[in-house]
Amino acid sequence: MPNTKYNQQMEFFIDMQRCIGCHACEMACAECETNGQESMIHIHYVDRAVSVQTTVQVCMHCEDPVCANVCPADAITKDDFGVVHTANTSRCIGCSNCVLACPFGVPIKSEPQELMMKCNMCYDRTSAGKKPMCATVCPSQALYYGTREEISKMRPDSVPVNTFQFGEQEVKTKVNIMMPKGSTHLKVH
Amino acid sequence: MLKLFQTLNTQALIKATIAAIAVVILVLAGSRNLQNFDAALIAYLLGTVFAVFGIAYRYSVWLQRPPTRLYWRRSWQFLLSKDFPSYAWRSLVLFFKNILFQRFIYPRGKTRWIGHFLLATGCLIAFAVTIPLTFGWVHFTLEQGSFSTYNANFFGFKAGTFELGSPIAFLTFHALVWCSVLVTIGAVMMMKRRLTNGGLIATQTFEGDWLPLILLIAISITGLGISYDYTFLQGRTHQFMSVTHAVTVILFLVWIPFGKFFHIFQRLAQLGANIYKVEGERRGMAVCPHTLEPFASHTHVEDLKNISRDLGFDFRLENGKNHLDFSPEGKRSALAKAHFEARKNSGKFFG
Ligand code: SF4
Ligand code: SF4
Repeated sequence: MPNTKYNQQMEFFIDMQRCIGCHACEMACAECETNGQESMIHIHYVDRAVSVQTTVQVCMHCEDPVCANVCPADAITKDDFGVVHTANTSRCIGCSNCVLACPFGVPIKSEPQELMMKCNMCYDRTSAGKKPMCATVCPSQALYYGTREEISKMRPDSVPVNTFQFGEQEVKTKVNIMMPKGSTHLKVH
Repeated sequence: MLKLFQTLNTQALIKATIAAIAVVILVLAGSRNLQNFDAALIAYLLGTVFAVFGIAYRYSVWLQRPPTRLYWRRSWQFLLSKDFPSYAWRSLVLFFKNILFQRFIYPRGKTRWIGHFLLATGCLIAFAVTIPLTFGWVHFTLEQGSFSTYNANFFGFKAGTFELGSPIAFLTFHALVWCSVLVTIGAVMMMKRRLTNGGLIATQTFEGDWLPLILLIAISITGLGISYDYTFLQGRTHQFMSVTHAVTVILFLVWIPFGKFFHIFQRLAQLGANIYKVEGERRGMAVCPHTLEPFASHTHVEDLKNISRDLGFDFRLENGKNHLDFSPEGKRSALAKAHFEARKNSGKFFG
């Protein structure tokens, strides 16, 4: 990608236990110009019948993205910084393979546009050295964008983890999740 | 060079060669053994044959990828099933709607659709006009004993007649002029988007996004130059105009298989994806174990399990289920629940 000031010292850290479900990030996400002013972030109750817990999910920018692998149209690409870009609009055929195969449930299929859209870490901002919109507005820092030093000072009892276990499959990501100190991975199932 | 040969895909090479030979045979047949072939167009013909070879090669390599192969196989399987009439009709309607009119671009932006539609229509009409001419399938002759009646011949057979100087003659002989105007307006509209839209500015590349537009404008302007030359300059600059036009067109043809223009051919897969979705829904929906709602067709979920396994991903769970059985919301909730448990077990939710 041209003319980039992407800062590789900065990383994304998420901690869904801190999410208070305020939807500020959702509003901010719609300001991102790379997704055409449509919000791509997911916030919802985890299990409304039994808990008021909400969760927030951005694209984790996987090291070996399943979404890109299962895409029949070669519409999803990962760049040199590890950012997995949203579907190339001229290629995507709107088949929803990526929507169903992403282990984090991230991509969204826009039916009228026959197009998949997803978070691409506010590439218009991050490529200019700025923070993603959602992370700049999150009041509880469930979404945080900064350096490893900053986060380790702020969360001395937590550690960033980027390895996830889904049954047999291990998935490594660019985006970190904050886990209790000593954790090395998050086993989802 | 050695690497090139090592990475050469034999299957694709064979198919591409067959496609190129088929074009040559069609040229020989359509032009009645080159009798009706216009020798001035030889460079265009070579460019087109190369483009066909390249497109067939890339298409074949593309179809070898597991997800693409599956869509290809399934599309034909569903289309040629007992429901052929309804799927064929649906495909035809979608072909008009989505391929010729690119209706799906409209919700992405009105001006964007207008720009793309003008550009695509100009290109498609230009292909429809130039390819038969280049192949010698269409040629014009004067009606015997007349100085003003023209015959249009297709594959050497008379297909129509018109008077010189009539509106039909004017429209026919200037078809490419109209195409150039459409393409230029469309390309300028698309360029304006690329200059002003922050998202595009951040993600576009020169060779991927700007070069195709520049090339289309170059083809149109040099093409208009030829018309301008014979209309107003009595052909004085003909050689210059025709050489620059030929150069831009041949660059375009040769580049089709490699660059953005390949999406014209990929787009057809959207028809297959549509049939796949409809047939999948008819066969039954998969229900998410978390949300308890149907979210996709059962066929799709099962196919994806196989495809992802072919690609080296194994989402099988210990309880015999599969992570892909969950809907996107179910997957996000599963992760949030696991995170909650991990925090709870550590005795501290924050910090
Ligand atoms: S989180 Fe999902 S959408 Fe994002 S890169 Fe990974 S597989 Fe693709
Ligand atoms: S919806 Fe688009 S991006 Fe996603 S897998 Fe299908 S073609 Fe690829």
